[in-house]
Amino acid sequence: MVFLEGGFSSPRNDAFPAGLRVLVVDDDPTWLKILEKMLKKCSYEVTTCGLARDALSLLRERKNGYDIVISDVNMPDMDGFKLLEHVGLEMDLPVIMMSVDGETSRVMKGVQHGACDYLLKPIRMKELRNIWQHVFRKKIHEVRDIESLEGIQLTRSGCDLFDDGYFLGGDDTTSGRKRKDADNKHEDRDLTDPSTKKARVVWTVDLHQKFVRAVNQIGFDKVGPKKILDLMNVPWLTRENVASHLQKYRLYLSRLQKESDIKNSFMGMKHTDPPSKDSTASFGLHKPMNTMPDDVLNGTYSFSMSNSLAQSVDLKGQADRNRITSVPMAEPKGALSKDISDSQKTKSSQMSFDHSLGSVDSGVSFASFGSTNPSPYSWTNIPEIQFKQEYEPFQPENGFNQLPLPEPSMIEKEVNRSRTEVKPLFDEYRSNLVEHLSPADLVDLFPVQSKTQTLKNQVFNPISATKSSMKTKDISQNCLADSEFAQRNMNAAGIGVPLASLSEDLQICWLQGDGYPMNFALQDFECSEYNNPALIAETPFYLFGAPRFDHEHLLDPTEYFAIDQGLFA
Amino acid sequence: MERNPMRRQLQTLRKSLFDQGYLDDQFVQLEELQDDANPNFVEEVVTLYYRDSGRIILNIEQALERKPFDFNKLDAYMHQFKGSSSSIGAKKVKAESTLFREYCRSRNGEGCMRTFQQLKKEYATLRRKLEAYFQLARQAGPVETACRPK
Repeated sequence: MVFLEGGFSSPRNDAFPAGLRVLVVDDDPTWLKILEKMLKKCSYEVTTCGLARDALSLLRERKNGYDIVISDVNMPDMDGFKLLEHVGLEMDLPVIMMSVDGETSRVMKGVQHGACDYLLKPIRMKELRNIWQHVFRKKIHEVRDIESLEGIQLTRSGCDLFDDGYFLGGDDTTSGRKRKDADNKHEDRDLTDPSTKKARVVWTVDLHQKFVRAVNQIGFDKVGPKKILDLMNVPWLTRENVASHLQKYRLYLSRLQKESDIKNSFMGMKHTDPPSKDSTASFGLHKPMNTMPDDVLNGTYSFSMSNSLAQSVDLKGQADRNRITSVPMAEPKGALSKDISDSQKTKSSQMSFDHSLGSVDSGVSFASFGSTNPSPYSWTNIPEIQFKQEYEPFQPENGFNQLPLPEPSMIEKEVNRSRTEVKPLFDEYRSNLVEHLSPADLVDLFPVQSKTQTLKNQVFNPISATKSSMKTKDISQNCLADSEFAQRNMNAAGIGVPLASLSEDLQICWLQGDGYPMNFALQDFECSEYNNPALIAETPFYLFGAPRFDHEHLLDPTEYFAIDQGLFA
Repeated sequence: MERNPMRRQLQTLRKSLFDQGYLDDQFVQLEELQDDANPNFVEEVVTLYYRDSGRIILNIEQALERKPFDFNKLDAYMHQFKGSSSSIGAKKVKAESTLFREYCRSRNGEGCMRTFQQLKKEYATLRRKLEAYFQLARQAGPVETACRPK
């Protein structure tokens, strides 16, 4: 694992798309053997199947066990197109069709049934080398789908962050475009596949909300398409529709969690101080902040140390803030990490808070927060921003758990429940969100925040998001658990209206901004259990042996504040 | 220039297979896939091909014995066979398959039968040649790299 080696020596650069998990289905044993060898040569992980029904049961057995399916068109037990439909509907995986027959009508049929590509036999190595693009593309779109659903929600809430100018990159046009694209996407869905028998469901924001509400109600662990469907009470929706959407949603959350995990792992590595991290940290910090100094950003991270701390902070009120203000801004990494663990352990004492503050030399200048955040919750926002920025800041912050959380009770709940889990999720969540969203998208997210009065500072993130997405390998696991947790917590806490209207995840995320994420980070830190078995349970498929497939690859350097860390180098 | 006389013989034989149109580039692809992990990959694939395609040939033969011809079925079988033959780069065999399918589509029973006979001949010839090639290859010893036909 890259992080363990203490470096951002992104294995991705050379690793991706290695490890891509491919399922090949072909009744011709000769081709099966050849394809297997070819795919292995591409460093992919290959599973072969001679029968379509075997393939389907394999796919059903190991949900999220494969990244892409390659199937022949002509098979004795099932038409290749039928298999294609099943896979698309149930597993929502990209499917490539193959045939020795290249007739336009056949190819057309393949495309109509949802094939993402149609290869002619004999197949060349170079054709197989590039199949990863379909996996990548799908992931991007999936994330965008859900995020745009939630992003749209955010924009509806109205946000004045745009005006604040905090938003880095100031790509309002981009965001506008992105939103438009998302909208178009939804519209397009209505029009696409006129020839397919099954009409595609358009997942509107409202529908998605219902979905998320249902998921949270059931509890992410126990969720299943049937249960969700029943709760949603949408007569025309089918179980398959829900299943497919759930799949995407899970992937989305996993991605967020992965990032969170990655962040956690960074946090956990007190001892390691990879130089690359430093560089990235600073990278992230500096990038997004147009208006806020880096140190402020760093400081915000520290806020999220722990719920208890945060709470104590709340109690302390202004005093704390002042105190925080006095903390000098220092290198985010390093000494702070120790403090972080301390504060984590101490869970709730103001003492710890103070202590951590004192010991934090990372010179977080809270003062700056104050100045930039007129609202009382301003600095809760800050942490969030920071989150997005960088893993690095997380580490040091621990000392500052005092997040002035708008909902102390909530915090507590979260803290108590998911100390180890929550944090990474949120961080990751945010970073994931940021990562996948273009700056414009981020702006979209902000509106919600403002509703909760904390948002002002949300702004920056996009850059940080990219950072966080960097080494996400194991983080997703944690993230997922965390997000679930957060979701549950959120629900339980009954967070403020604006949040409630958002998908759980988002809500959680925003709360994070209030410093929750920080806390979680600390908690995680303490546990250093990024690979907490419980969390791992739901390891997103793309984590299996394929760290390279995580978000970072989804980063579009040209779109986001591309971190020039050579992610794709 | 290969100094080992057996190697040279092997290369000459190999080249002739390409020059005479028995094999196409797919065969080279197979050779390129061969590595230390699978040192006999090409031979294994060819063996597998002949085993599996033999089954299809049998099916077609049986189908051709039932009159009137079920052209759709024949076409389907040949489609399968063609796909398989493309896997090893059996160029002449593939050409006959394509012709057979055309006759199927034009419902030309005679054409089908004629073409099928020719196909079986090419199929058998290729098998002989490849068997000789692999035998020689085994005797000549491992080759480091595959040579591309000109």
